[in-house]
Formats: sequence, structure tokens, C-alpha cells
Amino acid sequence: MTAGIDPLTPPVTPGVADEVGTGSPTGAAGALDVSVGQVRREQLHQLVRSRAFMIGSLILLWWIVCAIFGPLFAPYDATAANIVATQLAPSAAHWFGTNDVGEDVLSRVIVGARDILEIAPLATLLGTVLGTTIGLAQGYLRGAFDMLVGRIVDAALSLPIVIVAFLFVVAVGPSTLTLIIVIGFVFSLIIARTVRTAVLQERELDYLAAARLRGESVPHVMFIEILPNVLGPILVEFTVRLGYAIFTIATLSFLGFGVQLPTPDWGADIAVNSNYLAAGYWWETLFPALAIASLIIAINLIGDSIEAVLIQ
Amino acid sequence: MTLATSFDQATLVEEPPTTLEVSHLDVAYRVRGKDRLALRDVSFSIGRQESFGLVGESGCGKSTTALAITRYLPRNGRLSAGSVIVNGQDPAKMDKRALRKFRARTISMVYQEPGRALNPSIRVGRQVAEVYEIAGTKRPEALARAEELLRMVQIADPGRVLHSYPHQLSGGMLQRVMIAMALASEPALLILDEPTTALDATVEAEVLDLVSSLRQQFETSVLFISHNLAVIAKMCDRVGVMYAGELVEQGPAREVFDNPRHPYTVGLLRCVPRGGQRKDHGRLDTIPGFLPGPGEVPVGCVFAMRCALANQRCLEETPPMYEVTQGRTSRCHYHERAPELPRATPEDVTLRRPDAAEEPVIRLRGVSKTFHVRGEHVRAVVGVDLDLKAGETLGLVGESGSGKTTLARVLLGLSVPDEGSVIELEGSPLAPECTKRDRKQLQAMQIVFQNPDSALNRRHSVRHIITRALKKLAGLSGEACEQRLLEIVRSVRMEERHLPLRPYQLSGGLKQRVAIARAFAGAPRVLVCDEPTSALDVSVQAAILNLLADLQSRERVTYVFISHDLGVVRYLSDSIAVLYLGRVMQYGSAETVFSGPHHPYTESLLSAVPSLDGAPRERIRLKGEIPSAAHSPSGCVFHTRCPRRLANGLCESTEPALVEVEPGHLMRCHIPLDELRNLQTSDSARTADQPNIS
Repeated sequence: MTAGIDPLTPPVTPGVADEVGTGSPTGAAGALDVSVGQVRREQLHQLVRSRAFMIGSLILLWWIVCAIFGPLFAPYDATAANIVATQLAPSAAHWFGTNDVGEDVLSRVIVGARDILEIAPLATLLGTVLGTTIGLAQGYLRGAFDMLVGRIVDAALSLPIVIVAFLFVVAVGPSTLTLIIVIGFVFSLIIARTVRTAVLQERELDYLAAARLRGESVPHVMFIEILPNVLGPILVEFTVRLGYAIFTIATLSFLGFGVQLPTPDWGADIAVNSNYLAAGYWWETLFPALAIASLIIAINLIGDSIEAVLIQ
Repeated sequence: MTLATSFDQATLVEEPPTTLEVSHLDVAYRVRGKDRLALRDVSFSIGRQESFGLVGESGCGKSTTALAITRYLPRNGRLSAGSVIVNGQDPAKMDKRALRKFRARTISMVYQEPGRALNPSIRVGRQVAEVYEIAGTKRPEALARAEELLRMVQIADPGRVLHSYPHQLSGGMLQRVMIAMALASEPALLILDEPTTALDATVEAEVLDLVSSLRQQFETSVLFISHNLAVIAKMCDRVGVMYAGELVEQGPAREVFDNPRHPYTVGLLRCVPRGGQRKDHGRLDTIPGFLPGPGEVPVGCVFAMRCALANQRCLEETPPMYEVTQGRTSRCHYHERAPELPRATPEDVTLRRPDAAEEPVIRLRGVSKTFHVRGEHVRAVVGVDLDLKAGETLGLVGESGSGKTTLARVLLGLSVPDEGSVIELEGSPLAPECTKRDRKQLQAMQIVFQNPDSALNRRHSVRHIITRALKKLAGLSGEACEQRLLEIVRSVRMEERHLPLRPYQLSGGLKQRVAIARAFAGAPRVLVCDEPTSALDVSVQAAILNLLADLQSRERVTYVFISHDLGVVRYLSDSIAVLYLGRVMQYGSAETVFSGPHHPYTESLLSAVPSLDGAPRERIRLKGEIPSAAHSPSGCVFHTRCPRRLANGLCESTEPALVEVEPGHLMRCHIPLDELRNLQTSDSARTADQPNIS
């Protein structure tokens, strides 16, 4: 009861700045209390103040720097095998040790950020654009289209994403483009479901009736009228999916259907090096695994803080 | 009843003379590190068994006062000065235990929305019984007493209600349950915060009657909060008028409303259409300017900026509470002169009456709408024939569920009517769906919705909203569009600086102006107004009604005006159709419908409305609630609730036709017109000689 009331914020007491009468000698000073920019700035401010967001951003920034400039500052060439320095434990020369062919693990972890940070955002972006379009159409048009797509989504989601992606990659053959398309397509179905739910709530509002009474076309209603009002959930969904995309790509690489060796890749490295875990060579598996974990955690931290700010 | 505990008896010994004593109360809210005064120097008291009303527009501090009394202020709010004494106790000095006991026994509160005050997943019975269980009664006994309690609030079938979930009951029924729960602990003070605002007028009347009778029975003092002046006038012995966190005027309700002594009260009373006021008699008066934000006026009179009587002294010197007469106070330096407050809006109007000989713009023939819900046929609108002329306002009146909104949506093509329904625009038939209508036809009919928050796209600027309508409906672009945009914005009395703003940056009144501007963009022939002012404060409502009347006289637009507020409908309408379960029960000119003889349903609607003028009329009771449209009663659909049902059974067996009883006056009733006239004049002669309804 007590927590929900803040009588001074405009939405709760709209009358605070009520405009009345014909003349307005004092001007609408009250009505102009908050501008769009101010709200945005305040939201941004809240984000920056949130510790989770800052930590997440720092970690993500680190991996982005690695992805772009990694080869420039990595201590060794990530693909330089060295027969005399295989399976070395972490030391001053090789902080993260070396692997079975003598490549420096630290360098491979740094350079390995590139592929995953290329594929994951592109795949998620594709999934978001496609999913938003499908979800808008489903929610606004309803009817047979909604039914049909709804069943397809149910069917696709009943299988683990990795299996679906796996089947596609096996059929088409592994390549960066295949990965992007496959992950993007599977994610679009999940995102469509979120968008549809948001659209269904908007559908009841009178501004859509007003648009129909103006004779607006269906695409106009979907993209100009509804879309701006459902951007919040879409943004949150994007960050959540990005985390899953990284996870999925790593898994596919682990299974051997992602990025191909010797290109440095965290998932593929784990797959190869985990064979030597039993022999006590833990470093060559642990560090790529930590890299994946830190990236996913960073993105989830960012996603959670954005959601918290938007939902307020 | 036996709830009196040793605790209560202890206080009974002293028996403080007043139930509530609020003295020099200041409440501050801390917002962005700054304290802002939401209440300033509020003092009033409520005597034993007295009923005190707090009235004012939204944002004036009425609810904050209630929260301060119950110590339910939000975390950023605090009582910064003054004191509240309830029944001799100071809630501000209580520890947690005492406070809990205080809230459970001494004070009770009923909120505006009963549906949200009850837990939706627990049966009503459990929730009512809980009140007794807290007081220490055993479960089975508590349930039995809950049933007894529901009988006291005149619930005919308490057993069924106790076993229902809140969503299965109507709003009126839930509000009775809430009142029952509030009274269960026999509180010393009952606070009612807008208890009937969400209810239909007929249900409101019943609930208000119930509160009045229970108040006497339980010997409770009442603090009644409402924005509705007439409701306060009916329910309260004394009244306090709040403005911008201050109590600006206080006194016996009758005296304050008949002879207000603060300019704000004067202005507020002039905003309400009353005593049969009509748009062709004159404009409503308005209150210019804006309500200042909390703490924005540190010195001087809070109302000075909007007051036509204000001078230098009002800006510099904070007025004290002047004692006007014994028991009446006013916070105005010039309270003697308050009644002479000059009008803010000129009264004169030039209205062209609709031409009776003209061809109708809209012709409805046999319009019906049936919804098919879970195998049931819900007949929302049944065989409506109506003609609308240019420049005419048709008022649609009826309780919620009577089919007003459905009829309007069918007319607009937002809802597809049943086969055989005919809607003609200037002689040519219209497609049932708006998506199949051409631009000219779409342009001809537009709507202003009830809730501007829902009607305006919150991501679009005012400029975008109106420009888009100009492009699509008027076919304008470029320079011509820009020019027309400015014209329209000015005609709804907004300014250019509002154009880049988004809806959430505007007040309720401004938002509704944007909606009206959008509706007028295509120069429509017919405009549907679906409760356009019910979400607004009275002073804003007056401005919007004036605006609608002005635009009509200029553009000769036809309005279909839907409202539950009969005073507002009467002010704006030329003709009126009274709907009940989707059927037109009475149709005629506004004068005929309001002055009588009325259809028995119209009669009950009119008598349910509380009046600001004179003595209350004896009420024609409407029993129960509107039946479901899926199972309309046999014969005359109104017979189940009709106070004038014939004894010979004709009403139950045969549905009367809608016949022209006088020229231009149609009625659906078995009772002949003359007999209705006799019945109704003899009744009102017996009870009161006040024919006013507003």
C-alpha cells in the first residue's frame, strides 16, 4: 500500500498540472515539467549508477577490445604451434599455460573473442528483426496467421535450440553464415512470442481504433503505431537472446559444428582440450570456459539493469 | 455488537468531544532531495456521528489528508507540522503494535475501486470473516457474523456472495462488501475515499443511501472524500473545500454550496452545469490557469494566480482562516466579495438550432449487434432506429451495459452490426466495417474517446498525431497541412509550443484537447463523444464542454454524446435517446425527456442523480442491477426492475413497441402517456417541489 504511492510523480496525480479555462496567463510551466530528453537522460543516469550495469559493461568492453585488437596485444601468435612447449602449466612466460600443440592459451582466449562476438550479435539482430515482424503481425492480425505461426513456434520450441541448430548445420555444412542464419531463425520464433504478448496488450487501446478510423494501412499500424510502444520488451529480449546466442555458438563449436580449428575459438578449444582434463591439464579447458562464462554473465548483467530501468 | 474491548472502554471513560481533530497539519513529500509541502496548515474537526466532506479537484490534497490521518503516508512523505488526534489518540506517536490496533479498531477506510481492494484469489467470505478473526473471534463464528454483516448492508443473498470470488460480483456489490468490512470493527471514524466514483448513478444512489443509514445505526463519524460536489452536498453535514493543499473554505454543507465565500468554491460551483442549464442559454464558467505544484506558492494566497478578485495584497500576504460566520471559515482576504467573482469565460453564445426540416446526416434503421460469447448470444444493441440532423447533439443515456458504447462503435464501423442493419450517411449506405469505407466516409465520422491516455499514441508527438489525421483524412500535405495544423491547434485553445510534446507531458485536459483536435482534423460531419469528460476535473470539464459547443456552432457538426452524467448530457444535447439492454426506451428532445412525463426507466435514472440545488427528491428505487444482455427478461425488458410495473401481467408477457406518444417523442412502455404524467406529477408534488435534476 505505502510503497506504491508517490503523489508527486506526474502519472499518479495527473491533475497537478491541469490545464483549465481558455486563457493560460501563467503558462503551462507545470505541464512541461518533464521533457522526453529529460526522461531519457534520467534513465541513462540510473543505468550508469547501477553497479551491475557498470561491471557488465566493463567486462563486455574488454572482450570487444580483444575481438578487435586482440592479435595486436596478445603475447604470442595464437596459432603458432610449438612442439617443445606443449602442455605447460601456467607460468610467468605463459600466464594461462600452453595446450597440446604448444599454443599459448592466453593468446587463444584473447583472439578467440573475435568469432563469437561477430556471430552472436549478428544472429541476435537477425532474430530480433525477424521475430519482431512476425510477432507484430501475429498480435495485430490474430486469426489464422497467428494460429499457424503459434503452432510452428510451439513445435520449434519443444526441441532444444542446440539440436535444431545442429540439424541445420549438419544439413547445410558449417560456416559463419550458416550459424548466423540458423541461430537468428530459431531465436526469431522465441522473440515473436514475446512481441506478440506485448502487442496483444496494445491492441486493446483506443489509439489503434483511431488509426483504423483514419484508414491507415496494416504495415503503418504495425510499424509506426504499435512498434514504438513495444520497443522496451524487445530491447530486453535482445540482450537476453544475445547471452543465449553466445552459449549456443560455444556449444556448437564444442560439438564441432561451429568455428573450425585451428582458428582460435573458446568452444572448440574446450572440446579438444577437455580430452586432457583427466591427465591433469586443467588450464587449457578452464580459461576458455571462464571466458565464455564471463561474457554471458556480463551480457545478463547489462540486460537485467536495462530491464529494471525500463520497468520502473 | 460485542467488539468493544477493554481498550475501547478505557477511551470511553474520557469520551473526547470530537472523533477527529486535525490541527495546523503540514505534510511534506521529499522529491529529488527537496521537501515539498503537499498539505499546508490544514485544520478541521469531525464531531461525534458527524459527517464531514472534503471536496476539491484532483491533486488538491484530499487523499493525502486521509493518508496522514491513517498514517499511511508513502515513505517519502511525513507530517512536518501540526497534529492529528483520532478519538483522543495521536497515531503519529504510536508504536507498531498500537498502530495496528488503531487501524483495526478505531479507523476504517473504503477506497474508490472495490475490485482492487479485495484479494482476487480469496473468496469474499474469508476476507470479511478475517476482520472478526483479527479481533479474536473463532473461524466458524466469524463466518456466521460475516453473513449477518452482509445482510446489514442489504445484500439479499449473503450466502452466495460469501462463496463468490471478487470477480464474480458487480462493482456495486463489491463496494457494499467493502463498506461491510469497514464497519465490522465498529470504527469511530470511517473514511470514504471517492467510494462511488467508479459506480453507475443508480448504484451510486443505493450505496450512498446505505452509507447514510448505516452511519446512524453504527454511530460512526464519517470523513467523505469526493470530487463530486453534489454527492458531498447530499452526504455531509459540514464540508471543507481543498485547493492546492490548503483547506480554503469550511462550513455547513448547505451554506457553503448555497452561498460560497471563497473564490475557488464560487468558480468550482459555476463549472457544473446545473438547474437545467443548456448550451444555448450560455457558456459554463471556467477557472483560468493551472493548479500550482506542491509548495510552489510560498507566500500569499494559493488561489491568487487564478483569481479575478486578487490584488497585490493577495500575492504578498498569506490569508489566515477568516471566520465568516459562526462555524464558517474562509481563507480569503476578501471573502465578503467572493460571490461577485467576475466570470472567466463570457456567457454569450450564438447557437444555431438544428433545422427540423433538413434531411438527416445519419440514418440508422434496425441496427442490432449480437456478440457470440461461449455459445451465448449477447444482444448488446437491438433494433435501433435513429435520425441525426446536421448540428444536432444526440445524447445517449443509460447505465453501463445498456449498449451506448456498442451502438457508437457500430456507427463508426469499429464493430460489425448484425445482418440487416442499415447505416446511411447522407442517403447512401455505409459498409459495416470501417476498413471497407472510403476516405470521404471515414472523414465524415470520427470519435473522441473517454480516456485520452488510451486514445493517443504515447510515443507520438502532438504534431505527429494531428498532422497524420490531416494527411489521411483531409488529404493535406506540405504548407497547407502546416497551416491547418496551427489553425486546429488554436481552435482547441492550445499553443504552438505544445506541438513537440508527447501525451504524457500533458495534463488530462490538454490530452483531451489533442484528441478533439485530431477528431476535427478531417472536418467530420458526425463526431461521437464517448464520455469525453468523465476522466476530467469539473473545471476542465467545463472548458471542454464549452469548446465542444463552440466548435459545433461554428462547424455545424453533429454530436453523438455519451455520458453517464445527466447534467452534462442535458447541457449539450438537443435530443436524447435512453437505452436499456440495447433498446431505445425513450427518445425525444432534451426538454421533453428531462421535464417529463418520463419513461419509468428514465424516471429512475433522473431521480438517482444527487442534486446540488435544494432538497433531495424522493427516489424512485431501481431494484437490483441491469440484467445480462445474454438473458434479457421476457416482455418489457425493464419489467424486472420497473417501479411502475402494471399489475395485470402485461409487462411480463408482451414487449411494448417504441411508439410516438407525442410529436417527436417516442416511448416504449405499456402505460399510456397521460397516466405516466399523472403518476409522476402526483409523486413529485407529494415529495418536493423541485423539478431540477442536475
